[in-house]
Amino acid sequence: MHLLIFAILFPFLAAALIPLIHRRLGPLNIGWLVLAVPFILFGIFAWQIPGISSGDTIAATLHWIPSLGINFSIYLDGLSLILALLITGMGTLVILYSIYYLSPTDSLPHFYAYLLLFMGAMLGVVLSDNLLVLYVFWELTSISSFLLIAFWFHRKNSRYGAQKSLLITVFGGFGMLAGFLMLHTMTGTFSVREIVSTIGQYSDHGLFYPAMFLVLLGAFTKSAQFPFHIWLPDAMEAPTPVSAYLHSATMVKAGIYLVARFTPVFGGTSAWFWTVTLVGLVTLFWGSFCAVRQTDLKALLAYSTVSQLGLIMSLFGMGSAALHFGDGEAGAVYGLATFAALFHLVNHSTFKGALFMVVGIVDHQVGTRDIRRLGGLMAFLPITFTFAVIGSFSMAGLPLFNGFLSKEMFFTASLNAAGLPAFSAETWGWLIPVIAWTASVLTFVYCMIIVFRTFFGKHQPKKLDKKPVEPPFGMLVSPAILSILIVGVFFVPNLLGDHLLRPALNGVLPGITGAAPHISAWHGFNTELWMTIGIIVVGFLLYKYLRIWKKVYAIIPEGWTFNALYNKFLESLEENSNRLTSKYMTGYLPHYFAYIFGFFILAAGGTLLLTGALSIDFSTDTPIPSYEVILAVVMAIAAIAILFVKSRLTSVLLNGVLGYSIAIFFVLFRAPDLALTQLVIETVTTALFLLCFYFLPEWKPEAASKNLKIRNAVIAVAGGLTVTLIALSVRAGNLYDSISSYYENAYELAGGKNIVNAILGDFRGFDTMLETLVLFIAGIGVYTLIRIKGGKETRKNED
Amino acid sequence: MKINDVILKTVSQAGVLIILTFGVYLFLSGHNQPGGGFIGGLVLATAFVLMFLTFDSETVNKAIPFDFKKISALGVLLAFSSSALPMFFGQPFMSQTFGYFDLPIFGKTELATVTLFESGVALTVIGVVVNIITSISEDE
Repeated sequence: MHLLIFAILFPFLAAALIPLIHRRLGPLNIGWLVLAVPFILFGIFAWQIPGISSGDTIAATLHWIPSLGINFSIYLDGLSLILALLITGMGTLVILYSIYYLSPTDSLPHFYAYLLLFMGAMLGVVLSDNLLVLYVFWELTSISSFLLIAFWFHRKNSRYGAQKSLLITVFGGFGMLAGFLMLHTMTGTFSVREIVSTIGQYSDHGLFYPAMFLVLLGAFTKSAQFPFHIWLPDAMEAPTPVSAYLHSATMVKAGIYLVARFTPVFGGTSAWFWTVTLVGLVTLFWGSFCAVRQTDLKALLAYSTVSQLGLIMSLFGMGSAALHFGDGEAGAVYGLATFAALFHLVNHSTFKGALFMVVGIVDHQVGTRDIRRLGGLMAFLPITFTFAVIGSFSMAGLPLFNGFLSKEMFFTASLNAAGLPAFSAETWGWLIPVIAWTASVLTFVYCMIIVFRTFFGKHQPKKLDKKPVEPPFGMLVSPAILSILIVGVFFVPNLLGDHLLRPALNGVLPGITGAAPHISAWHGFNTELWMTIGIIVVGFLLYKYLRIWKKVYAIIPEGWTFNALYNKFLESLEENSNRLTSKYMTGYLPHYFAYIFGFFILAAGGTLLLTGALSIDFSTDTPIPSYEVILAVVMAIAAIAILFVKSRLTSVLLNGVLGYSIAIFFVLFRAPDLALTQLVIETVTTALFLLCFYFLPEWKPEAASKNLKIRNAVIAVAGGLTVTLIALSVRAGNLYDSISSYYENAYELAGGKNIVNAILGDFRGFDTMLETLVLFIAGIGVYTLIRIKGGKETRKNED
Repeated sequence: MKINDVILKTVSQAGVLIILTFGVYLFLSGHNQPGGGFIGGLVLATAFVLMFLTFDSETVNKAIPFDFKKISALGVLLAFSSSALPMFFGQPFMSQTFGYFDLPIFGKTELATVTLFESGVALTVIGVVVNIITSISEDE
């Protein structure tokens, strides 16, 4: 097995082992064992850096369903490697942090199992070359995110946030799936690499733009882009390590990864450039605008994440212009934006991860994250304060921190884009740097709020639950490592640039050379530097007079937010579907049978008539022996008698007569497998019936009106007639070629003389496998319906 | 549901053994003769159901301390994982193979990977059928 395939499966295997071993561990926190998983994986991926940075790529394939073009193909290039290193690296730090953050009363095995599930799924997303495999992993990240947000499921807000994130991201995921299928229709392959190499000839195809927008829908919902950003703030109900990991460093970057991965497919078109850039810029502005007004530190960080994701997104949009110009000077100029995007992607993970951990420490040590109750903590938490300053100043784009470098590059890119001589950027292009600058001012303001409102000002011990002290050493290790990275990257940015970002750039903009710059902190007094200085000055003034201009937020009325729209939509959806459902779900069994048989008669009988398959020919039939006639008469009598009996027991027994007679027919027609199955099924069903009757109230003959009886009789007779006609015309109507000859070779192909089982277990094994699953789900369903009732468990939950 | 019936109990004790043997026979013979995972599992399940009907569930649970929910889960897991296994040997999902081996006592015997898959099916059927019947019968 290839090492990279193992890398994806390893977290899943580890997650499966957790329930088996966690009880045997005693007092040892299971997190210490789990910590090994991302750490080993990080080692594996770090080991690939030299090869990838010299321009190699790694591919491996497991054949899954080759007949449908679905294979478990792994492809590692520079872009995937960056994401893989982020997933495993941040994973290590976050798990280390969570060991100290979570209390022992939380269900740790669940937490770590979900987290590992997420890690494996996320690695699957960034390493898959096959679109359908990517989609499966994509949805798996949504599901594990759902489970982690609802980790404290007794809280109402947690459940609300989890549902919201699931609904929005899965909605986008479905759109993306449709986009993938369109790509497959166009190019005939699910492999991303093959699509990239052949898409050039399909740019005039009618499905090209629908596919593009659907793929973008998936990316925008996942990466919380405007107007789908509303799920991210509510996702903050998750434990802080989860927020740091999923909702800032990794999962929300999946959408950005998708945009980067598909830039070679759709990039270079005007639609892609403007959609990605504008959605990114609007998100950037709106996120930072909303962040300033937040009073909960985590909500503030959530909006700031939305805003920063918008920044990265818009950079990928601007960078796609390079593909319009192709290799050359212009390509290199606009390609810089993509380089900046990749750079900021890494930087954002470091500073936002650190900030989330800082907020987690404050929450953990003080008992609140409300900035109205915080203040003056610098004296109590000096180490945490240092990390907060490093993280915030990096996010604000101040020098000495890595955020400064990528922020300057962002300004360069936006100024370049303003003068873009294509995509009719001449008229509106100037808006790009303006929005970029305005949003950056607001970013500066909320970064100052994080630092100054929490750590400066007056300490208010009366408003706090606990006396603040520094957390245990282990909790400080992860933010410390991230802070060192933030400062380290500023001083040696080219180490990162040359070994990781440059190869990744080749993956996003293939064929564009010379776009990767030599990163330097100082390039003289140019426009970008003046923009930064302007941000500091204006931002400081805005922060100082926040109280005065904060009234701006009151302009938008309460009911006009996207959140209200979402809530209203959900409410009316529930109401209307309830109304619709209660119209036909009467709780009365005969009604349901009428629907089922009515549909069957119309669909099956209608097909029979319309396709002209109805043809009955008795001429080639073998003569019917007398014992078969007797058996048929017995069955008919039993069936008719069921209608008139007055007790349940008798009707069940008569039903049994029917079943066993069918089994005898199977014997007569030499189908021993069917006969055996029928016999045992009949026995089990009878036992089940008898058990159920034990609990039913006494049987009363129902008083049905004459009309109802006639209607039921018509449906019954028509149903029986349809089945009979189908059975009689089966032999005559050969609409398709027979497939039975394939199965005749069962002994050579499957080594079994029993052709029935060779079909069930081998030729049509896929059906059997899924039937097993359906059976299992049915069993669990019956169990939960009967056994689990609203007991103590549910009463603890908030409604 | 408690029944105190000496004849039923005595007959069941012998009957269960016969049914269980028959179920295992059906399961193993399924490759070349009538039988197989589904029907084998179903027959085994009826043996357990007969036990639950004859004796009260406490006694049966003491005698066979399995959680039938877990057995059905194990079955699904086995069916899926045995299907995925060929992928790691360079074959497509759900590829099955067979071979003839000389075993002591049995002589020349055919061993097929489909047996693993079929045991998954059988375990699921046993688990689900027993689980449904006991859930319904024990409902208060």
